[in-house]
Amino acid sequence: MRSTLIEARGVTKVLGGIVPVTLVEDINLAIMPREFIAITGPSGSGKSSLLYLLGLLDLPSGGEVLIEGQSTAVMTEDERAEVRLTRLGFVFQFHFLLPEFSITENVALPMRALGNLPPRAITARAEELLESFGLADHRHKTPDQLSGGQRQRVAVARALANDPPVILADEPTGSLDSASTAQVFGILRDLVALRGKTVVAVTHDLNLASQMHRRIHIVDGRLAKHDEFVGPA
Amino acid sequence: MNLILTIAWTHVRHRARQTLVAIAGVMTGVGFSVMMAAMMEGSQDDFIRTLVDALPHISITDELREPTRQPADTVYKAAEFHGLTPDVRRPGIKNPMATIASLQTWVPGALTPSVQSKAVLRFAGRNLTTSIIGIDPRTEADVSNLATHMKQGTLNSLYRASNAVLLGDRLANKIGARVNSNITLASAEGVSMNATVVGTFHTGFRMTDETTGYVLLKTAQILERQTGIVNEIRVRTRDPMAARLISERIGEQTGYKSISWQEAQEDLLSAITLRNVLMYTIVGAILLVASFGTYNIISTITHEKTRDIAILKSLGFRDQTIRAVFIVEALLVGLVGAVLGWIFGYLLTRGLASLEFKTPFSDNNHLPVLYSVNHYLLATSVALLSSLVAGYFPARSAARLHPVDIIRGAT
Repeated sequence: MRSTLIEARGVTKVLGGIVPVTLVEDINLAIMPREFIAITGPSGSGKSSLLYLLGLLDLPSGGEVLIEGQSTAVMTEDERAEVRLTRLGFVFQFHFLLPEFSITENVALPMRALGNLPPRAITARAEELLESFGLADHRHKTPDQLSGGQRQRVAVARALANDPPVILADEPTGSLDSASTAQVFGILRDLVALRGKTVVAVTHDLNLASQMHRRIHIVDGRLAKHDEFVGPA
Repeated sequence: MNLILTIAWTHVRHRARQTLVAIAGVMTGVGFSVMMAAMMEGSQDDFIRTLVDALPHISITDELREPTRQPADTVYKAAEFHGLTPDVRRPGIKNPMATIASLQTWVPGALTPSVQSKAVLRFAGRNLTTSIIGIDPRTEADVSNLATHMKQGTLNSLYRASNAVLLGDRLANKIGARVNSNITLASAEGVSMNATVVGTFHTGFRMTDETTGYVLLKTAQILERQTGIVNEIRVRTRDPMAARLISERIGEQTGYKSISWQEAQEDLLSAITLRNVLMYTIVGAILLVASFGTYNIISTITHEKTRDIAILKSLGFRDQTIRAVFIVEALLVGLVGAVLGWIFGYLLTRGLASLEFKTPFSDNNHLPVLYSVNHYLLATSVALLSSLVAGYFPARSAARLHPVDIIRGAT
């Protein structure tokens, strides 16, 4: 029996204002270890909003998100930050790397924030991660010296820095050409297959979604279609 | 390097031009503050030093603190008499030598008797009202700088002739007298005597040099028509700043009016205090203006770095870490600006000290400046504090940013 990594219980997100906008409404789902999940749906359906809620980047207006069985509703902002730092890794559509830092420094940032390793070990691990994604020769370069696909690989390496069990990816291939898309998707798939990670990725690409374990289809903020958990392929 | 410092340093380093402008602002502020403090405190110190050198630290005069009680007041509790001649007190300090001997046992410093008198000085058909001070040349050098101010002759020259007089150089020039000139002194007591000029002095104070003459105690006593009179005891304390306390004790012991230099110059010293308040207000204002530059750069960086802030927060950076990054940036600007400001301030002070000014009141042709570490420390503290405040508000806004709002906006 595997324990749930992330669980959404009646999660709702409403943006306040003169006319309140419901982004996500009453979502219930459970994410298990070593799953490769696609969140799909039309533009503006609430896919990314759901991902941010699952990743504790946003607070739900109703319901709650549990991480490894622990409710996050009562957590302080610092505690949520701690969970993001240690249990979750993020990859965004745009690489979101810090432009002034080398890619090694970018990958090292979460490890330095956590402070569990000495500086040399941090650099060694950052270089090791970059090497595993074929970026060893670029380790002294800054993000603007890399291609889109390479930057996105750096972003994945950074997400893995503190070895979190879950990677949340928001349209990770959305801004890439087909070759880079295949490369980055392959990396995400390997994270699940070879490294035992759980990857939850928002995507428009139904072809990619079809290659994942499970698809969660969102329409107008609601769960429209939901594949049952079948386990890793 | 520490993570916060690394990020902060990278931010300011990559905005070199803006950072340099902010640093230049702080540098200018610190530099001018240091220069102003050096100039204000230098002139103040110079003024006090001159004051302390020129005047006795304590002056004990024959005036009584309390008015003399009339005999009727002593006999009756309530008395009202009409047409009585009040008891006239003989001027001068009673038993001056015994009083001096008694004070010498505990007063830390030197004491000398003197006689203050007024006389009309006549020479070559010119009459000038002059302050004539009777002194004891043997002890005068211990309580004043007159000996060092002598241009011609010495204090001991007063023993050279009967009724010898030392004149201020401006006074001598005014009447055209030279050393060995015979002049006439006429006192308010009706005594007229011939005196010989045996020397001239120059204190640098126009008033003193134009209106003062020194004679032997004995000569002044003759002018006052009172043998043995001493109407002032002058004291020079080892620590000029202790004069007030010593003066109070002397007053209590002798019953005579004893005035310290601080008490005598209370108005001027209050003006100096007021001037200091003014100075520190101006220094604070200069640094406050400089801090706007720091605020500007940190606000700009915060604004430009909203996306980076969102990234760091999404990675799990805490609010306090984000806040610390921007506060450290402001402090970096403040610190570098302050260090450069030290050099700038020092050079400005040196430049100011080298300028020549002519004033009719003093011989000092250069602006007096004071080099003090405290000025640098004070300016740095205020610069860092204002940088801290300038950085805090943008830093707080940065820490409050909601990462999702920025990530959504970016995508």
